[in-house]
Amino acid sequence: MLTVDGLRKRYGQTEVVRGASFEVPAGQCFGLLGPNGAGKTTTLRCCLGLTVPDGGSIELAGLPVPAQARAARALVGVVPQFDNLDPDFTVAENLVVFGRYFGLSQREASARVERLLEFAGLSDKADAHIESLSGGMKRRLTLARAMINDPPILFLDEPTTGLDPQARHLVWDRLKMLLTEGRTIILTTHFMDEAQRLCDRVAIMDHGVIIAEDGPRRLIEREIEPTVIEVYGEGLEAWFAAHGRRLAERAELAGDTAFCYCHDPEPLMRSLEGDPELRALHRAANLEDVFLKLTGRDLRD
Amino acid sequence: MTEATLATNGAPAVAGATRWRFLHVVHRNYLVWRKLLGSALVGHLADPLIWLVGLGFGLGALLPSLGGLSYLEFLGSGMLCYGVMNSTSFEALYSAFTRLKMQRTWESILHAPMTVTDVVVGEWVFAALKGLFSGAAILLVMAVLGLVESLAALWILPVLLLLGLAFAGIALIVTALAKTYDLFTYYFSLFIMPMTLVSGVFFPSQQLPQIVQAFAQLLPLTHATALSRGLVVGAPLDHIALHVGVLVVYAAIGVVIAARLIRKRLTR
Repeated sequence: MLTVDGLRKRYGQTEVVRGASFEVPAGQCFGLLGPNGAGKTTTLRCCLGLTVPDGGSIELAGLPVPAQARAARALVGVVPQFDNLDPDFTVAENLVVFGRYFGLSQREASARVERLLEFAGLSDKADAHIESLSGGMKRRLTLARAMINDPPILFLDEPTTGLDPQARHLVWDRLKMLLTEGRTIILTTHFMDEAQRLCDRVAIMDHGVIIAEDGPRRLIEREIEPTVIEVYGEGLEAWFAAHGRRLAERAELAGDTAFCYCHDPEPLMRSLEGDPELRALHRAANLEDVFLKLTGRDLRD
Repeated sequence: MTEATLATNGAPAVAGATRWRFLHVVHRNYLVWRKLLGSALVGHLADPLIWLVGLGFGLGALLPSLGGLSYLEFLGSGMLCYGVMNSTSFEALYSAFTRLKMQRTWESILHAPMTVTDVVVGEWVFAALKGLFSGAAILLVMAVLGLVESLAALWILPVLLLLGLAFAGIALIVTALAKTYDLFTYYFSLFIMPMTLVSGVFFPSQQLPQIVQAFAQLLPLTHATALSRGLVVGAPLDHIALHVGVLVVYAAIGVVIAARLIRKRLTR
């Protein structure tokens, strides 16, 4: 459904995307992960033909982009990072007006509204004004709006950023429904549990290149030790120097927490037993650990 | 790939509707305008009417006839153009900028199978139609006041549309360059206002210095005012092709430059 090959895009002196390649087969959910400024949004914009790449090729829904981007977009739904619902219209009007941009007649578009509002859990909000909606409702309406043309492909740029857990779970639930219907989803996210939950494949992007790509579970197995022990508390540094560093296969001290990655947690846990001041969290490695290993712990702004 | 690609990437499947897609944008703005019709009407009419009645009756009583026209006739035919210019400019500056930056409406439209050209042409046409509506309302008031010579005055309507397209194009260029609303204040006080004064809206430009008169000949409002005076209140009408030509040139160049700048801004 989407093939990106050697994509390059520069803004002034900075090359934001530096040769990204990936492929999303039909019916899959593909997650593009990366810290702020990694080039995720630019990559999505290139895929949609909203900006012209400096190099590489893109094929979306079988059409070359940007040459036939407009036709490709007729088969795509987009949920942008920042809500751009039309505040001049009510909830239902937003859907109808957007449907007209796809060439739907007033009647066709209106006929789809009820089902879409139901899908978004907004049936009782049809005549509400946009400003009266909560953040979660706006996101769901944006998702419903993206579905107005019944698209086989969806692009979502950070679909749950800024939502509370309840709202987030509702969005995930809807996205799973769409995947069950056989639609293809391409999303960017900062939330590793979101990616782990939804995505068949994830690509981790940093500094404009894709540095790892695989299924989320495979990526964890491939890139990192299966077990993590997080240690914090009084006397951490002494313990870390004496035991942590030595007993873990890979260990790092970040702020006031030590992260110890290993296959066998036993020796580490034993070394902690004699020290009541230290507290430990023993858990399985997750995608976030992979992400931090590959992109580092430095802040990105 | 050039920037132009984005504008013309029509595909066979939907090519039939290509030329008319901009109407979706016109329609969107029309739906919003209809909601605010009450206050919009007041806005369209109040400003030119206050000028017309205030200046026309007040100042007009003191003035002799101007080339065979009463001052009210003179001012009314100028006000017609002034009203169109103002209404169109406000739409293509403040309202368009709100849709560009604050509401991200244009961005959302581009997520659908629409192009930057569709958006710009839609905004351009809508702003001109809104101006035309203001003009038509003023024309009606003039007819009620007995200032309109004959039904032939309706020929002014296509001229007013053209005038709207000329000012919508220029205004959209300014909108494309604007970072905040502040720029529009400068546009009105440094461009629109002085132009109004030298274009023969309030008083004939003949008594202005030669150089100013020559400069005024380059301005679209001068030519619209001349046409309005001839068509609506029966002043002698000559150089029609020149007047129309200047408006056409402004309209065409304006929208082309605006589309280029807005494309650059939205698709960077």
